[in-house]
Amino acid sequence: MSHEIHRTIDALWRIESPRIVAAVARIVRDVGQAEDLAQDALVAALEHWPTQGMPDNPAAWLMTTARNKALDRIRQAALHRRKQEELGAETVARGEHLADDSAEQADRDGLDDDLLRLIFTACHPVLNKQAQVALVLKLLAGLTTTEIARAFLLSEATVAQRIVRAKRTLAEASVPFELPRGPELDERLAAVLESIYLIFNEGYVATAGEDWMRPALCEEALRLARMLTGLAPQEREVHGLAALLELQASRLRSRTDAQGRPVLLLDQNRARWDWLLIGHALAQLEAARRLPGEPGPYELQAAIAACHARARRAEDTDWHAIVEAYDALTEVMPSPVVALNRAVAVSRAQGAAAALPLVEALAEEGLLQDYHLLAAVRGDLLESLGRPTEARAEFERAAALASNQRERAVLLERARATLS
Amino acid sequence: MRVMVIVKATADSEAGIMPSEAELTEMGRYNEQLVKAGIILAGDGLHPSSRGKRVRFSGKNRTVIDGPFAETRELIAGYWIWQVRSMDEAVEWVRRCPNPMRTDSDIEIRPLFEMEDFGEAATPEVRAQEERLRQQVESAKRGA
Repeated sequence: MSHEIHRTIDALWRIESPRIVAAVARIVRDVGQAEDLAQDALVAALEHWPTQGMPDNPAAWLMTTARNKALDRIRQAALHRRKQEELGAETVARGEHLADDSAEQADRDGLDDDLLRLIFTACHPVLNKQAQVALVLKLLAGLTTTEIARAFLLSEATVAQRIVRAKRTLAEASVPFELPRGPELDERLAAVLESIYLIFNEGYVATAGEDWMRPALCEEALRLARMLTGLAPQEREVHGLAALLELQASRLRSRTDAQGRPVLLLDQNRARWDWLLIGHALAQLEAARRLPGEPGPYELQAAIAACHARARRAEDTDWHAIVEAYDALTEVMPSPVVALNRAVAVSRAQGAAAALPLVEALAEEGLLQDYHLLAAVRGDLLESLGRPTEARAEFERAAALASNQRERAVLLERARATLS
Repeated sequence: MRVMVIVKATADSEAGIMPSEAELTEMGRYNEQLVKAGIILAGDGLHPSSRGKRVRFSGKNRTVIDGPFAETRELIAGYWIWQVRSMDEAVEWVRRCPNPMRTDSDIEIRPLFEMEDFGEAATPEVRAQEERLRQQVESAKRGA
């Protein structure tokens, strides 16, 4: 029975902890302290519930307990400062929890804003990206330090230290627990979206080693992105990111074969794509398009992915629409990788002869000289133009540059195949 | 993991009695919470089985049967698809659902099959192991 209660508390905690930490952070104005106080409320629940039974509304109980602890802390601090005897006589109401449902109802909107404040604080520019990602997973996804460490293949001590340091940095910089406004908002929002994107990517492709994916992180990122669409529905790029991640996730199970080798997009079995996620993503993309303003980088990448998702067969892909979307993406986010992808789309829309000069130009710029996919694309184009010897050299170079063993195997296979 | 959360039918739902505005509002608020938690993937209410059909399979025969169907408690009045971390989390969310019916009713939670539930398309670890084995076999062949 007590085991049952512990599992219930665990599930409850995962659902409620972000909201509780956020609400408490607004009271104490310190994210680190807020997490400690929320944790204290959890400990109280673990002490009381197995013996006294679950309260009627356990979520409200946790919230009220954490808030009361926060108010206690503030009163004590005030007491300490002012040394006012009479304040001490005031009912500190320790352990007395007023589960006030109507009050909770009234500030449900307030809680949404608190959650947003928490996300923005966790991704504050005083923190480096690693710290932001760790804080987002800890505070907003409710993951334990152990889970974060396992997902990022780091030691638990490293992750714990990273989180402690991040909280200290926030406290020392006196980062206000506020929603950014005006011109600052775009930049701060971009940092939030980037953290979620990085979490997804970490799960989507392990940058080195044998393991191709760690899907749990993808699920957490999807959840965070969707959560954000509920908290900031007026932000176009928020919907764009959610759509992009869902479209990428929709191909998770078809991007490797039974032996775990990567399968290229156009060779994938589309019946195995996740059509539920695709439908969800297309709806998100529509939501983004209905909002005012110009599409940003995430929305445009989602639009490209959506062109693939809409084609039931690879040969039905609207490559001209994809080239157009890449043109728009080049405007808002010019980068050699985007240019390379655009070249691939051009090769499909207009043929390899039109695309090869674009890739050659990129190669001459030298920015992507260590990027295995530049060599792979070049090999691909040369092969379809009937130049197998040059193609083979490019595939071999690509294989030498690839850090993922599975990818390397596929590239070596293609190199061998050029001469057969 | 994904779960299908199934709202079981009742005599009322099978009779086509629609929820009141207040009930709809309450359910709408609950759905909003699910959206904000980022767990909802799909969901719909279903018309009574009187508007449904069944196809019965027996060997090579296919017989079409028109609704309504008798076994009310086994019928479905609505469903969601959620992405959750565990069955415990799904149970916790279902507990928070406003009562979907005016009479006693059930909501059932069933996990969807995931890739790792299928033997052949196994986990990355198993695949990696297979890959290593395959390489060993191949290099052994080349050595021989």
